[in-house]
Amino acid sequence: MIDLLSWVCLSLGGLLGIVAGIGMHRFPDFYTRLHAAGTTDTLCAALFLLGLGLQAGLTLASFKLFLIFAFIFFTSPTASHSLANAAMMGGVKPWTRNND
Amino acid sequence: MMYAVAIIAILITIALALARALMGPTVYDRIAAINMLGTKTILLIAVFAFVTDRHDLLDIALVYALINFIGIVAVLKLVEHGNFHTDGSIKQKKEQS
Repeated sequence: MIDLLSWVCLSLGGLLGIVAGIGMHRFPDFYTRLHAAGTTDTLCAALFLLGLGLQAGLTLASFKLFLIFAFIFFTSPTASHSLANAAMMGGVKPWTRNND
Repeated sequence: MMYAVAIIAILITIALALARALMGPTVYDRIAAINMLGTKTILLIAVFAFVTDRHDLLDIALVYALINFIGIVAVLKLVEHGNFHTDGSIKQKKEQS
């Protein structure tokens, strides 16, 4: 049962990662690409670490996985925000349908 | 089997992100791709720790998570200011004058 749950978590995480990678190539400009990369990043990492944590059980390893998760949970949105902010300050214009 | 699928999915994602980092039209595209690549590397190390059953490798994944964030923020500051010795207030003064 736990193996099945862990299998589901790992495959969902992998799928989400590949979707993010495809989104990095399909979207038209920087902000939409950042949206594809930044939003899926956190959930993908969470699913992977949850899947691994289910395999480990309540041990030191799962605590370390939780620490990695907590760090990514806070830093990944922060990095995305500072990237978007820096791009806006650097003069990258958001894409719209009109200025194609 | 389970770990093999996870590792292959991570490697595909890393390849896609690396392609974007090499192609990216603006420098911010490259930084976003490298950020994603770093996160996926952390996951790759974590999965690898479970494949080889050496859970000490999780410490390396944790350190890599720390370094990844610091590195991205440092590169962003370098791109935005052109150097490391100015801070935001000096830039604002320049813009006003």
